[in-house]
Amino acid sequence: MTDTSQSLAYVRAQMIPEQEPPLGEKGLVKWIRENLFSGVLNSVLTILSLIVIWMVLSHTMPWVFNGIWIADSLKHCREIRDATLGTDASAACWAVLTERAPQLMFGFYPADLYWRPVLGFVIFMIALTPILFSEMPRKLLILTATAPFVSYWLIWGGTIWGPVFIALGFVLGAVAYQVLARSAGAIIAVTASILVPFIYWLFIAGPLVSTVSGALPIGIEAVESKQLGGFMLAIIIGLAGIILSLPLGILLALGRQSDLLLINKVSVGFIETIRGVPLIVWLFTASLLLNYFLPPGTNFDIVLRVIIMVTLFSSAYIAEVVRGGLAALPKGQYEAADSLGLDYWKSMRLIILPQALKISIPGIVNTFIGLFKDTTLVVFIGLLDPIGLSNAIRATTEWNGIYWELFAFIGLMFFVFCFSMGRYSMYLENKLRREHR
Amino acid sequence: MSTMTDPSKQGFRLSQLIYDTRYRSMTIQVVAMIILMLLFSWLVNNTVQNLEALGKDFNFGFLSQPAGYDINQRLIEYTSQSTHGQAAIVGILNTILIAVLGCVLATVLGVIAGVLRLSKNWLVAKLMAVYVEGFRNVPLLLWILLIFALMTESMPQPKDFRGAEPAATMDFFNSVAVTNRGVYIPSIEFANPLFAETWVNWALVIAAIIASIFAIRKIGAWATAKQEATGIRPTLWHINLAVFFAPIAILFVAMGAHLDLPFLKGFNFTGGIHLRNSLIALWLALSLYTGAFIAEIVRGGILAISKGQTEAAYALGIRPNVTMNLVVLPQAMRVIIPPLISQYLNLTKNSSLAIAVGYMDVRSTLGGITINQTGRELEGMLLLGLFYLIASLIISGAMNIYNNSVKLKER
Repeated sequence: MTDTSQSLAYVRAQMIPEQEPPLGEKGLVKWIRENLFSGVLNSVLTILSLIVIWMVLSHTMPWVFNGIWIADSLKHCREIRDATLGTDASAACWAVLTERAPQLMFGFYPADLYWRPVLGFVIFMIALTPILFSEMPRKLLILTATAPFVSYWLIWGGTIWGPVFIALGFVLGAVAYQVLARSAGAIIAVTASILVPFIYWLFIAGPLVSTVSGALPIGIEAVESKQLGGFMLAIIIGLAGIILSLPLGILLALGRQSDLLLINKVSVGFIETIRGVPLIVWLFTASLLLNYFLPPGTNFDIVLRVIIMVTLFSSAYIAEVVRGGLAALPKGQYEAADSLGLDYWKSMRLIILPQALKISIPGIVNTFIGLFKDTTLVVFIGLLDPIGLSNAIRATTEWNGIYWELFAFIGLMFFVFCFSMGRYSMYLENKLRREHR
Repeated sequence: MSTMTDPSKQGFRLSQLIYDTRYRSMTIQVVAMIILMLLFSWLVNNTVQNLEALGKDFNFGFLSQPAGYDINQRLIEYTSQSTHGQAAIVGILNTILIAVLGCVLATVLGVIAGVLRLSKNWLVAKLMAVYVEGFRNVPLLLWILLIFALMTESMPQPKDFRGAEPAATMDFFNSVAVTNRGVYIPSIEFANPLFAETWVNWALVIAAIIASIFAIRKIGAWATAKQEATGIRPTLWHINLAVFFAPIAILFVAMGAHLDLPFLKGFNFTGGIHLRNSLIALWLALSLYTGAFIAEIVRGGILAISKGQTEAAYALGIRPNVTMNLVVLPQAMRVIIPPLISQYLNLTKNSSLAIAVGYMDVRSTLGGITINQTGRELEGMLLLGLFYLIASLIISGAMNIYNNSVKLKER
């Protein structure tokens, strides 16, 4: 057989080497042909997109890169532009940022105390890392427990005893739980761990703080809420809202799935009422109406009111997202937990919630992103968030009539924050993905 | 027989309220009920005390008092002599107007962007990704302010249109004027209307359109019946076109419809329809912002249909566009519609950001000027909240009905 094949003239004896593909079928040309000009419609779309991109870039790029960074007013900016680039040139006046960046970041916070919010923010971020990334050392969780109080104290200042004695309430609750869980059973222990701190905060903490701070005045310069502003305010409201609304939202979702008729109806009513009305209306409620609902003479901090409202608002949305996750779990999971003899809270904590929360991560993070963006709405009740400050800056004589530079800066900052939150959620989804694909 | 044991004969013990699962849920609910009632009565008591201290009462009489302020953007007759109640209705109509306009444009933008983001064309897909990410990650308020500033600061003044060599010209064959005072577009006027009231004429036109659509559906059903009987589907598109446009054309000709173009008179444009900057900025920003979210929903919906469905349809010999219409879209719609409706709801609620540009929606009339003038925060905010709440409940109720009608019937 081999002999015959060798003797046949039309059969090649050895393989010819692989040849280069034709020019149109390799490299950049092939990529362009396949991805940009694969048909008439695609070619038209590509050309249209190129036109759009060129129109946008040709208008904005010279403006951005001709920008003037050092000037002390818009008029000065224009003089510099006329002198260097000519009167027709378009040039951004980034000088407003170099001059007013601290204000956009911190509002009217005393300039010599800027290190305090920065330090508070850094501590808080470090404290968050063990929650966000499981690779971090577990011992950092001790910092996580104390960071909210430390950061609060650093930002608002005042006596150190306020945050200390408020934190003590949580410790008391934990102690009450530990003591009673052994002797009296879970339900009484949980009730006590809620009641004890409340009674402590309502009746004991106040006098305790005033007596101790009178005897041992340790403290730093106090800063009023009115002086907070800029991105610092947005981050404070955003972070507080995010951290507080997650547990509340989960509780509401469990309430909505509950078999107890009353709990179920109350949760549904709360969630639907909150979700049915725009945040702006709730914020006006907080600033106009809250005084009607509280005992006469109470008047508490506007930032705190906003945080409470934002928390309640986004917890209703989170409840809906988590409910979706709970509903998506197969019924077998609930039944398996029951058949293991776990009680309600154990089955939720160990079996149901870990799975349900994993499913709801994208929705939860989207809610958080929405919450952070919605912090801009506080401008309407008179707080100086970045947009409020941009109005204030525009109202000064030096920077009267400056729009785009401030909008670009604020937009970019929000984009960075929100986009990185979105990326983190994708990272988490990938890390927690268990099924094989 | 004697081994049969009855559960505890010792009767009811108090500890069963906590430790017996049969009674525990009742206990929890009763305790929760008591706490809720206490909280509620505490709030009401506080409110009554506070109102007394301020010398205010709780009544809605202010709604029938004259409002005394003007509303520049209105769909119905309204003067400063009208009542606060009428002002609230003008505001409600304005909210509905911006919501409907916004939902329509947002859907168009969202569907286009969502489909194009799935395009095989790399450049187009990336461009759409930039649009979606850019709008989703920046606060809506910033977009509203940005577009409003763009309209008021960068557009030509009406006086720029004047003279032999004007600095600005009108677009679209001299019919649309984009100025810093708003956009002027042509309006359709009737020379010899059938009815004295303008809106009746328009209702007639809309009724004609609805009737045509109904007729077209009937014709489609007839064609399907014929196709099933004979195997040949009659050609329909020219009949459909005629049925759709003929009644409208006849109505327009009968009523002498003509375009009323805006023109420069004195210091400003007259004629046509004046779209205020506040409306345009709010409309565009809401649509672009919500459109970005809708784009993601549409993309997700199409991706959610497994490729096997398309391949199965091809294997049956169904052509690609028919596959899209009969196989992919009906299934994708089930995924797309619920979040789409909740985006409509969000858009309606977000329209309360009208406050940023001074568009007179219900929050600015009832929840803004009326509250400031009458000092009735409690009543005003309550009505405002109720309006939004009822609107959302109606929309989500409709959504639930739809969901139940399209969901997979599992048995």
